[in-house]
Amino acid sequence: MLLKRKSAPLMLERTHSILNIERRSFMKQTLSLGALALLTGCDSPEDNSAVDRILKAMSNWNDKAQAALFDPTKLAITYEQKDVVDPFRFNAFYGEDEIVTVAEADYKLALSGMIDNKTSWTLEQLRQLPQQSQITRHICVEGWSLIGKWGGPSFGDFLRKVGADTTAKYVGFKCADEYFTSLDMATALHPQTTMALTFNDKTILPRNGFPFKIRVPTKLGFKNPKHVMEIFVTNDYPGGYWENQGYNWFSGA
Amino acid sequence: MSNLDDKIKIHPLYVRIFHWINAVAMVLMIMSGWQIYNAAPVFEAIEFPDYLTLGGWLGGGIQFHFAVMWVFVTNLLIYFFVSILTGHFKHSMFPVTPMSILNDLGKALRGKLPHTVGTYNSVQKISYIGVIILMLLVLLSGLAIWKSVQFQTIGMLFGGYDGARVVHFVCMSLICAFIVMHLVLVAIVPSTLIPMITGWARKSAHADKETNHVA
Repeated sequence: MLLKRKSAPLMLERTHSILNIERRSFMKQTLSLGALALLTGCDSPEDNSAVDRILKAMSNWNDKAQAALFDPTKLAITYEQKDVVDPFRFNAFYGEDEIVTVAEADYKLALSGMIDNKTSWTLEQLRQLPQQSQITRHICVEGWSLIGKWGGPSFGDFLRKVGADTTAKYVGFKCADEYFTSLDMATALHPQTTMALTFNDKTILPRNGFPFKIRVPTKLGFKNPKHVMEIFVTNDYPGGYWENQGYNWFSGA
Repeated sequence: MSNLDDKIKIHPLYVRIFHWINAVAMVLMIMSGWQIYNAAPVFEAIEFPDYLTLGGWLGGGIQFHFAVMWVFVTNLLIYFFVSILTGHFKHSMFPVTPMSILNDLGKALRGKLPHTVGTYNSVQKISYIGVIILMLLVLLSGLAIWKSVQFQTIGMLFGGYDGARVVHFVCMSLICAFIVMHLVLVAIVPSTLIPMITGWARKSAHADKETNHVA
């Protein structure tokens, strides 16, 4: 399944109407199961929003449970060079014909929010920082996964270098393709979280997130923003493109 | 109607509560799981029709799956705890030997398996033990998929992330097979349904039809 920009708002609407239709056909098919009587009480629009509220509350609870489960020193499994898939799969909320191209000459990474030194960064400056690399598994929320090799500055070191308030709750990202997402501070500071300037030791391609992608092997794929233009630190929940449509915010692996 | 002497308590209250919460949770987990599965099928040839899935889209399916997960797991853990504490497992499910299973299965296939109200035959015992193990495996493989980094040790038991997805799918399929068999047998011997609601059965309930009974 390709996640396309145009179909995304539609999907949201579908959530409600399909739930309704589904519940009815579901009832018909399972009338023989007396145990399911519990479900059949939810057929009016009011009850639907009650179901949605419960699901949202449970998703918020799951954010807390996952934050509690998150071990800041636990590393994602690393693999061998031979396992690396190159070229790496393109995946976004739009089609491959809409990939954004950011020109290196004009590029400046903007910093904002609870950061002491908000001076912007050129790509060359980022390349001068100490680099790290990892061969890890990228796991999509859809269930498929691929192993890749990402390299670049440690994101935690970068945040400390620019004087980010590491006691803040969130780090948010704004991207050139209008995508946006956010991480909890603990995950942003995880040793494997990397500003991936390279993929498989070569400059990362536009299709994989040039100028760079925040590679977070402890999160699902959609928490790894590409074409990052601005990084901000905040205590106000920043949400995200998919998160605002219903994907669980924490989505830790 | 029968008098009290004719009645026997088969299913204690906690077993009945567990059973029905588990039945609802299991169906919701399976249907939302099919929604998630369809986003990236483990086996290309297998996809589930939309009308059998829950949630409307991937995000909705995930919300259902990880909300009901807590109900399924909490209920299962309470059941384990109480069953071990009260000796329910020990007395109802054991002993069960390979010979007794073959013996009872042979009788069942010939339609000659006598039914004793309140006592499980070997085929029932092994079915229940089997489905309980499947529920544990589906839970563990699910944890390995949900938290592939935090629970990577569990993941290794299943041969890694992709292995855990296969195990999760196979356990789900076998649980579905159990549910189908379970419902078919209840349909054949409907009197077994009442004790799972009231707890009580008449001693003579199935005396007139000493049929196969693995429900």
